[in-house]
Amino acid sequence: MKKVKADPKGVLTGAHYLDGDFAIAEGALAAGCRFFAGYPITPSTETAERFAERIPFVGGIFIQMEDEIASITALIGAAWGGQKAMTVTSGPGFSLMMENIGLAVMMEAPLVIANVQRGGPSTGLPTLVGQGDMMQVKFGSHGDYEIIALCPDSPQECFDLTIKAFNLSETYRVPTFIMTDECVGHMHEKVVIPPADQIEVVERKWYVGPKDKYLPYKPDKDLVPFMIKAGDGYRFHTTGLTHDQRGYPVINAEVQDWNVRHLVDKIQKNADRIIDYREDQVEDADVVVVSFGITSRVAVKAVQEARRAGIKVGTMRLVTVWPFPEKRILQLAGQVKAFVIPELNLGQIRREVERCAFGQAPAIGVPHCGGWVHDPDDILKAIKEAAR
Amino acid sequence: MNAQDRRPERNPIEDLLRMDRIPHIWCPGCGIGTVVSSFADALHKSELDLDKVAIVSGIGCTGRVAGYVKLDSFHSTHGRAIPFATGLKLANPELKVVVFSGDGDIAGIGGNHFIHAARRNMDLTVICVNNFNYAMTGGQVAATTPIMANLSTAPFGNFEYPFNLAYLADSCGATYVARWTSLHLRRVTKSIQEALGKKGFSFIEVITPCVTLYARRNRLGDGLNLLKYYYDNSEMRHGADTRTVPIDFQGKIIVGKFVDKEKPVWLECMNTHLQKALGEKYRPYGEKA
Amino acid sequence: MTTYFGNLKPKKGNIHINKERCKGCGFCVEYCPKDVLELSEEFNKKGYHPPRIAHEEVCCYCQLCEAICPEFALFVTLKEEEEEGEKSESRP
Repeated sequence: MKKVKADPKGVLTGAHYLDGDFAIAEGALAAGCRFFAGYPITPSTETAERFAERIPFVGGIFIQMEDEIASITALIGAAWGGQKAMTVTSGPGFSLMMENIGLAVMMEAPLVIANVQRGGPSTGLPTLVGQGDMMQVKFGSHGDYEIIALCPDSPQECFDLTIKAFNLSETYRVPTFIMTDECVGHMHEKVVIPPADQIEVVERKWYVGPKDKYLPYKPDKDLVPFMIKAGDGYRFHTTGLTHDQRGYPVINAEVQDWNVRHLVDKIQKNADRIIDYREDQVEDADVVVVSFGITSRVAVKAVQEARRAGIKVGTMRLVTVWPFPEKRILQLAGQVKAFVIPELNLGQIRREVERCAFGQAPAIGVPHCGGWVHDPDDILKAIKEAAR
Repeated sequence: MNAQDRRPERNPIEDLLRMDRIPHIWCPGCGIGTVVSSFADALHKSELDLDKVAIVSGIGCTGRVAGYVKLDSFHSTHGRAIPFATGLKLANPELKVVVFSGDGDIAGIGGNHFIHAARRNMDLTVICVNNFNYAMTGGQVAATTPIMANLSTAPFGNFEYPFNLAYLADSCGATYVARWTSLHLRRVTKSIQEALGKKGFSFIEVITPCVTLYARRNRLGDGLNLLKYYYDNSEMRHGADTRTVPIDFQGKIIVGKFVDKEKPVWLECMNTHLQKALGEKYRPYGEKA
Repeated sequence: MTTYFGNLKPKKGNIHINKERCKGCGFCVEYCPKDVLELSEEFNKKGYHPPRIAHEEVCCYCQLCEAICPEFALFVTLKEEEEEGEKSESRP
């Protein structure tokens, strides 16, 4: 893939006072996204609204589709038309999109989906925060597959991580998710947007060889196949059925093995280049607080209190939640007494931490059904319990 | 000169077929192959640059068409061919996008997408092969199955009112609506040519025989009997009011070009409107800047 | 041979049949306007009776069999040049 400077038409350089949703829209425009197909759903609608207001001046398409299923499908079509495409949604819409997220994975179409999480399940709490879709983003569609999911914790990170999400999806030809939440989405903070020539943007790996030798799904050295777009005369075929390197459906176990493993290896074998997290004071830590999104900001107070009380606590803030930083958790598990995982759900990432710790350190969750953020005292209590 | 000395000639349709995947999976007597023939004929006869024609199919027997046609072809999920085509067309407006799918895919599960794309007058050509059932999964009742027909999920006969697809397309705002049977070979070709040459949401319904399922379960004979029946009982009425053309079980089938009008497409509407609203600052989309 | 309007000759077609691809649906036989084709007695590899050319000389190159065959197994080419060739060869 090629790294280029951002197109200045889409970059609103300057210091702004934006909420997370708006920052996602700005990040998308800065990253070169010129196609948005979405459906309104609280608390993500503001991103669509911002995009609709800005795109006529930048040049591109905003279309409000008839439902979320149409939105995600239109994105896949747009990706094959050569555009960078995105949508935003929340829990109920996310569930609707699941089948075609699978199609995007199978077709290896680069696109970005932002999920501004709210209280679930079902209609739940449309206007209040939750973080309950963390397992769904990885396992929501049927079959085995891998995706990339990022978790911003502030409007500034919403901007930065949206650009990163586009870059990752273009590099690995995989749907990439921005798993933010209603708190970060509706929070207004200072967002600094740098000049366009300071923003690095990735273009997908376009194929430039002879037309008759092109194989749409032949993995390159980095396990990612070269991409083309419709209209360039390749007369290619792509399908959601299990397919071989030509893109033609082949219905048997051998090709299934090749196909599924290719989709999974593409991300897993490149995981070291994708995984990102921020650590603080873990070198001497007895307890590590693993958190993401808005909860990581709430945890800061608890961690400060704990340090003042003499507990050696460090923090690991997950920037990429999927692929999960398994190796680092295993490493830390050998060092700490316990992990504390506060999250606005009943223990989804806690399970992952426990699994990766391999029994070396307990994973103490601080569950919360959503609707409000944690009380820092609850996290502090868990840290104190972990330190014993 | 001996008849045997002729140079081996190729069937002219083969340059539009993925010959490495022929023979196809459709049953003996199935009408889908005939419609693909008519489609290929229309592509040959039209002036289009075939590199810029893309075809999108859904799931089902007709959904397999994308896999056999040698254009940029996409086999998407059940019912979602139309939004896929929408995204493809809007991302690259130079493309001519054809949706080639079945009645269950387009009007059943894909019904919502169908009516909205027609409403928006998306520049798409939709070829809907109507065999009155969900054939790929074994012949279940569909939204287009006539009353009384017997299918596997209506084993005692269908009692639900079916769609009149031509009326549905017309009422949602399609700018070209035509219905033919698969035996109306040259007329189907002509309709596809007209639809490809025209901007707007074009809908061509082709009634085809389904031998293994619809015909067998309803004791209608084989492909030949059913095709004969469809053709002999079809009555051509160009410009007919689409409200008056429903299809009853073994009743008359009104065929013809029902609607052919001009209306600005979605992209034109967007550009014109935003140009008016925003003046100089608006960056039009789709025009070569 | 009859001509019309001076020297307009009726077209004649050479029918090429891919016997192995045929699935015996019978459309070509039924709908040929000149009854050129009929179902043969032989079996192809799949067990179907492919069509055979019964009356080659009346084929008028309408190409209906080519258009209707769902298996893409038939196509018709114009016989014109060969006839002219034959004619000129037979001229003394």
